Amino acid sequence: MGDVILKVEGITKTFPGVTALDDVSFDIRSGEVHALVGENGAGKSTLMKVLAGLHKPDAGEIIYQGAPTQVAGPLDARRKGILLIHQELSLSPELSVAENIYLGAWPTNRFGVLKKRELRRHAASALDALGCGFGPDTRVGTLSVAMQQMVEIARAEAFNANVVIFDEPTASLTDTEKDQLFQTIRGLKARGVGIVYISHKMNEIFDITDRITVLRDGQVQGTVDTAETDLNQVTRMMIGRTLDTYFIRAKAEFGAEVLRVEGLSKAGVFRDVGFSVREGEVLGLYGLVGAGRSEVVETVFGVRKADSGKLYWKGGEIALPSPRQSIDMGMALVPESRKEQGLVLMMGGRENTSLPHLGLFSSVSIMNRPKELAVFEKYRSALSIKTTGPDQAVSQLSGGNQQKFVLAKWLCADPKLIILDEPTRGIDVGSKSAIHELIADLAQKGLAVIVISSEMPEVLGVSHRVLAMSEGAIVAEFEGDAMTEENLIDAVSHHRDDAAA
Amino acid sequence: MGQTINGLLRRHGLALAFLVFLGVVALNADAFLSPGNILDVLRQVSITGMMALGVTFVVLTGRLDLSIGSLLTLLTVIVVDQHNIAGPFPAIVMTLLAGLAVGAFNGVLVGFVGLNALIVTLAMLSFLQGLVLLYSGGSNVNVANAQETWFAVFGRGDFLGLPVPVILFLVGAVIAGVVLQFTTFGRRVYGVGGNETASVFSGIDARWTVFWTYVVSGFTTGVAAVIMGSRVMGAQNTIGQGYELTVLAGVILGGTSLLGGSGSIWRTVIGISMLGFIQNGLLLLGFPYYVQWLVTWAVIIIAVWIDLGAKRGRIFA
Ligand SMILES: Nc1ncnc2c1ncn2[C@@H]1O[C@H](COP(=O)(O)OP(=O)(O)OP(=O)(O)O)[C@@H](O)[C@H]1O
Ligand SMILES: [Mg+2]
Repeated sequence: MGDVILKVEGITKTFPGVTALDDVSFDIRSGEVHALVGENGAGKSTLMKVLAGLHKPDAGEIIYQGAPTQVAGPLDARRKGILLIHQELSLSPELSVAENIYLGAWPTNRFGVLKKRELRRHAASALDALGCGFGPDTRVGTLSVAMQQMVEIARAEAFNANVVIFDEPTASLTDTEKDQLFQTIRGLKARGVGIVYISHKMNEIFDITDRITVLRDGQVQGTVDTAETDLNQVTRMMIGRTLDTYFIRAKAEFGAEVLRVEGLSKAGVFRDVGFSVREGEVLGLYGLVGAGRSEVVETVFGVRKADSGKLYWKGGEIALPSPRQSIDMGMALVPESRKEQGLVLMMGGRENTSLPHLGLFSSVSIMNRPKELAVFEKYRSALSIKTTGPDQAVSQLSGGNQQKFVLAKWLCADPKLIILDEPTRGIDVGSKSAIHELIADLAQKGLAVIVISSEMPEVLGVSHRVLAMSEGAIVAEFEGDAMTEENLIDAVSHHRDDAAA
Repeated sequence: MGQTINGLLRRHGLALAFLVFLGVVALNADAFLSPGNILDVLRQVSITGMMALGVTFVVLTGRLDLSIGSLLTLLTVIVVDQHNIAGPFPAIVMTLLAGLAVGAFNGVLVGFVGLNALIVTLAMLSFLQGLVLLYSGGSNVNVANAQETWFAVFGRGDFLGLPVPVILFLVGAVIAGVVLQFTTFGRRVYGVGGNETASVFSGIDARWTVFWTYVVSGFTTGVAAVIMGSRVMGAQNTIGQGYELTVLAGVILGGTSLLGGSGSIWRTVIGISMLGFIQNGLLLLGFPYYVQWLVTWAVIIIAVWIDLGAKRGRIFA
């Protein structure tokens, strides 16, 4: 580990009603991977946005390469060699890879005309350095999430970055993609780049980082060497107590069948999908990102159309429903992407929570505000959501707290079947086990639950039965002792090999 | 965050500029702040304002209605003409129904067929202007018995010292405000405008929601046409020309976002009133009437610039 390359001292940042950062001091050395951990809303993203010039701190100093520095904005930060890779990717899907790498800093000649050839050449060499499998002309919208992330990382090469900040980079990556990312990170590290790594996945933290700084309610709890600490100590610093690492599974007492799907197909997306789920049962749906899991449940819920297939609700055959009909029957879908599908970002928690159930929260079309407020307060405390009030726009909440409102809006109407698509993405360890408990609770109360997750321990830990999905088809089903990581990996990868052969 | 504060400053800057303008006009034209002139402005504003109430619904879903200028002309011609033929009550009913029908037609094309709102309503603007000329045969119509009819009350009447059109506008504003803030329909409008995908995932039928906003817009233009016909006691073939942009300018001047999802009726009331006073002030300062087109242009550019500026601040902060 090298010298301190960037240091912040006494940074304070307040938003109306919250102190997001309170006298924070923190340093990054060249050639280290420095973890930043803490609960949802602890201030991790805010601190990094200060470094990247997206927020102006109320007080405090940034000392970069030995000198006090003002970062005027994101582009200025990039030019200075500080690169933030966002929690939510922020590329322009319509532009090419090369244009995105240099977004806002395109080389132009003196008439302001884009120097296309130069742009391509530079971008190509940055992509080569990372070993990316796509070229500079590819349109970004056609790339997978992992590839888009590579485009962002390519900026590190392109701008010769000294500090690279990763804000929850693995939230939507498969395991293989994660391994590739870690290789890239190790490569940057070997070149002397200082890296900040934000994640709620503790195994990753212990895998790749050299030091860990814990934030809690905007204050630094301490910095420790990764080699000299353990999960318990870090958890205690984060949330003030330790956590049980085992999963709680609901008792296996099943009632009547709630939903059965037969022969559901959509050309090019999924084919001949069939499964059923009973009251009190947690059905896991495992598969790599892109296996078609989300598409299947979105079709069952009614936001997508199928070519063919049959649906049975509580034993009776029904036509493929509209989302409205699904909700009224008692189906709930916590979608995969909270910003696009889950929330109206300008609305507060109160309005987001009641949005799918306007009928329940009104009489003769007049909204019942006291009821809305009561439900809002109930879930705010049940899920310990950090927000300044019922009408604070959810766009201002931390990623994890946004996710909690997506859960709240679907739990509040007592569904019969709840489908959870990556329910713990971006959620801190404490709340994560709270959500696992909640899943067990719901099943115990007689709900049917379907959980989609790319985290194997999670699917295996909470489910009674797991379906493995690969390339649009269900390839295996495991129950009881057969539910092991080996079997799942086997099922998913064998099928892939078969398909390739 | 810095950008948002910047945006706030710019917003207040606009209010400040408006106050300065009021001061300048008041100093140079004594009549400006006289009760008579203020009531005149409000009377004028009640027509654009009534239309703006409906347009606010449309804009809140992130869409536009530019057809209302010609629609105002058509409906005013209808109300005046039918007044002569069938009497005031049937004329009003027919006008409102015609407004609803045109709104529904726009609503089907934008909401259900999914065509671009700008194109659909711009084409409708042109189509309705043609329809006006077909209907009227190119001649202007006047109310035959202007002195006797109770129809005059909507545009010219007074009640408790306030002009009836102003009262109609205020009552309309209260109703529209209540619908937007307190009803499930209002919530759906904000939902669809704020994030259409998330609303669909929440079981909201965006198509119907959009459809109904156009119906509302057609209806409020119908009410505006009744006021207009009653006030002028006649209808020229171009009487509503340019109203679509004036109304839009008023809505966005109030701060309702063209991107959808944020804004409100009281903002529209403020925006459209500010616009009314600006145009009246310029006339009193001796500018020819057509500078109002330039003002509309400037207001649209400035308001949209502030809107997008604030949005960008929010997105990047
Ligand atoms: N633009 C903003 N306006 C108002 N409050 C904000 C804004 N951005 C962040 N906050 C608040 O600051 C606090 C810290 O948020 P931050 O996003 O830094 O949390 P985080 O540690 O990254 O959490 P997560 O793990 O959930 O991503 C939160 O309470 C959040 O609501
Ligand atoms: Mg964060």
